[in-house]
Amino acid sequence: MSAEMIKMTGQAAVTAALFEAMEKDPKVLCFGEDVADREGGGVMGTTRGLSAKFGDMRVRSTPISEQAIIGAAIGAAMGGYKPVAEIMLMNFTTVAMDMIFNHAAKLRFMSGGQSQVPIVIRTLTGAGFQTAGQHADHLEAWFCHSAGIKVVAPSTPADFKGLMLSCIDDPDPCLFIETGVTLFTPGEVAADQGKIPLGKASIPRPGSDVTLISYSSMVSRCHMAAAALAEAGVSAEVIDLRTVSPWDKETVLASVAKTGRAVIVHEAVRVFGVGAEIAATINEELYGQLKGPVRRLGAPYSPVPFSKPLEDAYLVSVDSIVAAAKGLMG
Amino acid sequence: MSDRSNAPKASNETLVDIYRRMIRIERNDDATRKQIRLGRITSPYYSARGQEVIPSAISTQLNNDDKICTIYRGIHDMVAKDMPLRPLWAEITGRVDGTCKGKGGPMHLTHPETGVMVTTGIVGSSMPIANGFGWAALLDGSKQVTVAYFGDGASNIGAFHEALNLASIWKLPVIFVCQNNGYAEHTRYENCTAVDQISKRAIGYGMPGYTVDGNDPDAMYEAAHTAIERARAGEGPTLLECITFRYFGHVFGDADSYMHEGEKDEWMAKDPLPRFRARLIADGIASEEQLAKIEADAEADVADAIEFAMACEFPSVDELRRDVFAEEIAA
Repeated sequence: MSAEMIKMTGQAAVTAALFEAMEKDPKVLCFGEDVADREGGGVMGTTRGLSAKFGDMRVRSTPISEQAIIGAAIGAAMGGYKPVAEIMLMNFTTVAMDMIFNHAAKLRFMSGGQSQVPIVIRTLTGAGFQTAGQHADHLEAWFCHSAGIKVVAPSTPADFKGLMLSCIDDPDPCLFIETGVTLFTPGEVAADQGKIPLGKASIPRPGSDVTLISYSSMVSRCHMAAAALAEAGVSAEVIDLRTVSPWDKETVLASVAKTGRAVIVHEAVRVFGVGAEIAATINEELYGQLKGPVRRLGAPYSPVPFSKPLEDAYLVSVDSIVAAAKGLMG
Repeated sequence: MSDRSNAPKASNETLVDIYRRMIRIERNDDATRKQIRLGRITSPYYSARGQEVIPSAISTQLNNDDKICTIYRGIHDMVAKDMPLRPLWAEITGRVDGTCKGKGGPMHLTHPETGVMVTTGIVGSSMPIANGFGWAALLDGSKQVTVAYFGDGASNIGAFHEALNLASIWKLPVIFVCQNNGYAEHTRYENCTAVDQISKRAIGYGMPGYTVDGNDPDAMYEAAHTAIERARAGEGPTLLECITFRYFGHVFGDADSYMHEGEKDEWMAKDPLPRFRARLIADGIASEEQLAKIEADAEADVADAIEFAMACEFPSVDELRRDVFAEEIAA
């Protein structure tokens, strides 16, 4: 008999994972700006209730000091704890990049394996809410290019829970990307949903003609595109990477070997983006088997704009995904 | 300035121990510069010659499991913490038997067994991480303290201000030790720092701050004692500004043209090592033979470490796939 399924949002799934992990392991800590109940339990309320249950020493609101937040996470992690640090918005990671990039990601290597930094950095981002160019960027490619940190970007509530549990238990630093879209899209989560392995993609929609490869906020648009393509007689397979780095090459290559066509879709700026790495790998590995060029869709080379028509145009549309896939069908 | 007149004086035994650590630092530094001149070390070297007293006086009051986070000019801090010299030398010569398997080098040594937790090449970054160790100690309910070493230049970077503020509001058992050697890279203190004493910045973060003669073992011992006891008692952090000077520039081999004429000679003329040695003998704290033995031991240990390091292998290229993550990256 399958476990009971509960309908919840991605946010509720993250909250459930934090409760479960903190309950199970007293070494798990949670901190960041406004995370304690006195401050409202996080800007989105994701950490609400944690400080009431686990106390002010394990769940601490911090000053607006991103370097100090990540620095404290690194030291506490090396001191035997498992901190889940919240950097409220992904653009704010930029003021803590020294701590993330030079220290959290590199200390294991640079110490010859003596130091381990098992931290999770939770961060929220995404365009579509008129927050403009300093509150909505998808900067995951920066982190994917930095050896030593894993980048996780779930799109479904079940994945939010399972991947958060895995990130907390992982011996290495993980960047955990939440978005305004994915965090509030409801879905079914098994009551006993456990860990989902990092580095493994899912295939939420199988198909045979073209592979749509995506993650985070763009997965839902790929689903809409796949439905539209089906009506036009094109069978699209949707791959949700779930972990952006290290990415699941095996699943992607097997799918594209089958379909011969690939469209990569992400919210981040297209040039020098995650899609470029995936496209190059597909070309290197499957050169003779491709039925058309690998296509990449992403944001234009521009900061996230404010004005609604500009913001709408900034995001990859369902129509453009459909058009790219149809273009490959010849 | 808070009152620290209650701090006890260092015992005779402790004073000799401070000297032992200072001599090991000095002999180690001297040997490093020799090996660079011989072409056997090819990386940049940030000598701390002249700054020996500071970590030596502090380390006599630290337990093995007390932690330090230090910086690229920090080998003196590690030697003072009694990090063994063999793995230190194997590391600074890039050998696989180095404490970091040759993957960190002289700017990034780590040796958790002696509490050397992080050595950073980024100015200011020792402080935010030291706070994390402090938080872990509070959660553990231990009396452990963490010392964050940094230079005067680091007091102008944001990490200093963020870290001191957090340490103070969370009452973390961290001692912030600024080794003020008068220069931030090539820029004189007064040309880049808005206050005449870095210790005054402690006021803005609600913690005690002291300016100490960093070349005076007694004063350093007493200031460190006050700060360490405060941290162990759960009363929170302290900022110590220790006035000193570095004899070999920012990076070994740089021209000293940015320094005031005669400034370096003046400081070198009051080198704390011979002064302290003379005082230990004059005050009957140690005998000539005792100190000669300490010096000979330090020299022998350094020579042994160099010989050991030079005989070690370099790491295999497979190391590029190891320690990036806990799990080795597939070839």
